Amino acid sequence: MPDDDARRASTVAPPKGRSVRDLGRALVRPSTSHVLIAVVLLVFGVGVGTQLSTKATDDTFATARRADLIQLLDTATGETRRLEAEIAQLKATRDKLQSGVDSAKVAQTEAKNRLDSLAILNGTAPATGSGIRVVVYDPEQKVTGSTLLDAIEEFRDAGAEVIEINDSVRVVASTWFAGKNGELIVDGTSITRPIVIDVIGDGHALEEAARFRGGLVSQVSQMGGSVTITQQTSVSVTATKALPTNKYARPA
Amino acid sequence: MIAILALLIGIALGIWLEPALPTGLATYLPIMIVAALDALFGALRAWFDGNFSDRVFAISFFSNVLIAALIVFIGDQIGVGSQLSTAVVVVLGIRIFTNAAAIRRAIFHA
Repeated sequence: MPDDDARRASTVAPPKGRSVRDLGRALVRPSTSHVLIAVVLLVFGVGVGTQLSTKATDDTFATARRADLIQLLDTATGETRRLEAEIAQLKATRDKLQSGVDSAKVAQTEAKNRLDSLAILNGTAPATGSGIRVVVYDPEQKVTGSTLLDAIEEFRDAGAEVIEINDSVRVVASTWFAGKNGELIVDGTSITRPIVIDVIGDGHALEEAARFRGGLVSQVSQMGGSVTITQQTSVSVTATKALPTNKYARPA
Repeated sequence: MIAILALLIGIALGIWLEPALPTGLATYLPIMIVAALDALFGALRAWFDGNFSDRVFAISFFSNVLIAALIVFIGDQIGVGSQLSTAVVVVLGIRIFTNAAAIRRAIFHA
């Protein structure tokens, strides 16, 4: 090899040495040895040119080794498999979360409905709906708490959902009635005459509950009073009751 | 001058004609080119040292190219082709740098 030869020559014999000027002179003065060099360089040039054009036209995989290609393929396949597994996992997580959201929504709606009905039942929320307005005229102040309670019970039997007296007292499960010397007290509130009872429920059934023989109307008539009943499509009950906090009872 | 013209003509021929290389040889062409480059730099260095011989240059050129290709070919046969081609490129690269350093010293005296 030329460089090895050259190194040996430079260490053994004093270097003859040439400069760039010598190179230029040699280039412009052709000799027979140049022909051989030219042939070798031509071969080299063809190789370089071929490789350049191959690189330019073909993609990088055209000249790659089979082992490299197989490894590339393996890597790509493995990556694909890994990503597919990840996709499946993420999809499962998404489905789980979605169903969780759905069931949570259903539970929330359910709880809201229960809350609404319980609020109406407990009298903690105002209510509106079709029903009747009963006005009891009692000039001799003979209507007692028990009369009123009987009437309320009859309304309840007839399916009353919300009952309110004098636009100020909401009748709930714990409501109590009392009366003395013509004074009427319901849940601690004194009731003035005429007594107005708003009832939400089926209007016809409620009216029948008041008008039947021995019911509210006939009782009040016997006491020298009168009762008017009007069915209304919209009875609005605005009186509410504070929710009592239970001192002893706990949900079981 | 003839040599440089021949080099340019060769590159032009290679690009324009795109000689159809056998696919088996295509993977060895880059290695062969690196080996040829090594031979070229070696020749240039020898010329500057004053002991250049066209016969030695031609023989070393072709033997370099053949040996480089042969080493990688054997490597391919025994399954370490890519590693061996890397090794050949590294070794030839080192030699090219060494020769380039000698040429630089001859030209710039530094």
